[in-house]
Amino acid sequence: MSQKGVQTHAWPLRLAHWTMAIAVLVMIGSGWRIYNAEPILPFRFPLFATLGGDVEAALARHGDPGVASAIAWHFAGMWLLGAAFGLFLLYGLLSGHFRRDYLPLTPRAFVRDFTDALCFRLEHRLGVYNAVQKAFYWGVLLALVVVILSGIAIWKPVQTYPLETLFGGFQGARTVHFLAMTAIVGFLAVHLALVALVPRTLVSMITGRSGPSPEPEGEAP
Amino acid sequence: MIRPGQDFDPTRRRLLGGGVTLGALTLLTGCNVSDHDAVQDALQRVSVWNDRVQAALFGPHRLAPTFPESMAVKDFRYNAWYGPDQAPVLDPKDYRLGLAGRISDKRSWSVDALHALPQVTQVTRHICVEGWSMIGKWTGTPLRVFLERIGADTTARYVGFECADGYYEGIDMPTALHPQTLMAFRLHDALLPHRHGFPFKLRIPTKLGFKNPKFVTTLYVTDKEPRGYWPDRGYNWFSGL
Repeated sequence: MSQKGVQTHAWPLRLAHWTMAIAVLVMIGSGWRIYNAEPILPFRFPLFATLGGDVEAALARHGDPGVASAIAWHFAGMWLLGAAFGLFLLYGLLSGHFRRDYLPLTPRAFVRDFTDALCFRLEHRLGVYNAVQKAFYWGVLLALVVVILSGIAIWKPVQTYPLETLFGGFQGARTVHFLAMTAIVGFLAVHLALVALVPRTLVSMITGRSGPSPEPEGEAP
Repeated sequence: MIRPGQDFDPTRRRLLGGGVTLGALTLLTGCNVSDHDAVQDALQRVSVWNDRVQAALFGPHRLAPTFPESMAVKDFRYNAWYGPDQAPVLDPKDYRLGLAGRISDKRSWSVDALHALPQVTQVTRHICVEGWSMIGKWTGTPLRVFLERIGADTTARYVGFECADGYYEGIDMPTALHPQTLMAFRLHDALLPHRHGFPFKLRIPTKLGFKNPKFVTTLYVTDKEPRGYWPDRGYNWFSGL
């Protein structure tokens, strides 16, 4: 096995990353369709961006506009998300990935790197996270914890009572769940924009290596 | 219960205008994938697994939160797939609750006989699968008391219900025996209005709203999982809270 490039992401991390990526998209798409059944804000998500199938097909199949399918997706995706996020946390903590790569993080470094980023002066070195990135990763970690906890409070408000009081009650948990989702979508937008700017990061998240010539036997299809 | 069709406008379906958006990614990962039989089957299998998980999580003595009476809503939200004026109006003179299945005394029950049962009042929260919730004050007989009165075999696995509007539902026996599961005869001290299920509805604060059948005309005890109107339309069967 060739050792070109530097190992940036170990396989458990990549597995957790891509499984989370799929699970998060399933959860957002189905969650938006569920939200549309009883919006908490004066708007609905466009149908094409939601997961739950064609409305007419769903109505013909079983007399429901796809909310049933969306809920089925959501309660299947939650296991995938829970497993992937659990693997990510476990690996991040045990391997020292969080400590080594997400720390230290100081307000001063954040302001410095944030200013540099706005002036397009910030360099991207694979395997080394700047302070803005670190803050973003902590932020999305926190958003995932909040989205999962508020989701459990919504799914099982009686069995987990008084968990919902942490979010100001059942309707409060729905609002918090929505806000955490919004934070995750915001993270995804920036995350994908940065991947588009520095495509090498995509290669290294697939092959696990950075460098001029990634291993040919990488698992990308 | 929910209202199919009202909240979605099929004509709003649009084609993507290009560019990799989150919506496009979601679409690629499965928007129309949902309509494949294999995907529906897989989702259904996960749903059955989720039934088992929820049954294991259910605490037979764990109580749903109760609320001060001042929080109870008097004008309780109506919800069904038809309008409130189309709700069945049952005549108390003719009404009989039929009993079937593993019950030793299958004599039917009149409204007066039902009303003579011991009753309790509780202020609990109704949570709809759509996401809205509402607190109500309900008065009625714990289903457990009724099941014991009629000699139901409480070692059976399920209790099923058939309703005057063609609705049908069923619950697991642990939920049927839960102390807060009521045959509710009164809503906010008044006789249960027709649109809310006169002469009684099941009031189960440990289940989603659609597992609370109204205008029950037949109650049966069985080991075979009873089908449900909305579970037959793709919703999760157990739907516990």
